[in-house]
Amino acid sequence: MAIEVRIPTILRSYTGGAKVVEGSGDTLDDLLTDLDSRHSGLRGRLVTEAGALHRFVNVYVNDEDVRFLGALDAKLSDGDSVTILPAVAGGAFGFAAAAAIAQHAATGRRAPVTVG
Amino acid sequence: MLSIDRSIVDAIVAHARRDHPDEACGVVAGPVGSDEPTRHIPMENAARSMTFYEFDSMEQLRVWREMDDRDEEPVVIYHSHTATEAYPSRTDISFAGEPGAHYLLVSTREPDTEEIRSFRIVDGVVTEEPVRILDAGVDPHAVQSYMFGQSPATVDYECSGR
Repeated sequence: MAIEVRIPTILRSYTGGAKVVEGSGDTLDDLLTDLDSRHSGLRGRLVTEAGALHRFVNVYVNDEDVRFLGALDAKLSDGDSVTILPAVAGGAFGFAAAAAIAQHAATGRRAPVTVG
Repeated sequence: MLSIDRSIVDAIVAHARRDHPDEACGVVAGPVGSDEPTRHIPMENAARSMTFYEFDSMEQLRVWREMDDRDEEPVVIYHSHTATEAYPSRTDISFAGEPGAHYLLVSTREPDTEEIRSFRIVDGVVTEEPVRILDAGVDPHAVQSYMFGQSPATVDYECSGR
């Protein structure tokens, strides 16, 4: 048995157009490394250079968001189903500004704000 | 060009007005490959913010699975800007992960009028497109087309964030 991985439209260029691929691994990290060996470049779209899961994607193991399961350390078993979706987010302000506002609210200090 | 029923546009505007001054967001699903937005799905803004929106990841999983089961895709992904123009921000562009979708923005900064604009966002490149609003039950050829704004139709933001 293997782990079924559902690929979103935007990443199907890495899987030859396939919507579902199979892989193996004890953790999400291992699975993405395994997938990258056959679908070169896929891992780089999901994991940052710093080695964390990208903010722009949501990854689920069965029905759980992996951010609640240890992210890349999430444990996998044969027969699990992994779903990758593009995170849908945005808004009027840039991230840096949003972070600065949050910081400002948290500390009461003035922070520079730029419109994104 | 985005062609969309007036009833759906009205429902999106009502959602944006209801959640104002927080940003509202949602999806209009349609049959795969049809480019026809037919099923309006208002989504929760998990960020509950005046300047940021984010789909709740678990609600998104449910909705995306449901679309999959019904052979649908997200034809329109919409959100509101509540104090600024209906134009994609850098954040909008860096997150845009559905290359086939129309990104619809509604600005509710004016209390009496809404600005509604639609964009394609592919690989960090924003292309504005006209919005054609279809009036059901009226002469199907009697349509209203409009495109707001004086900005160029294509804007290339080099920092796509990917």
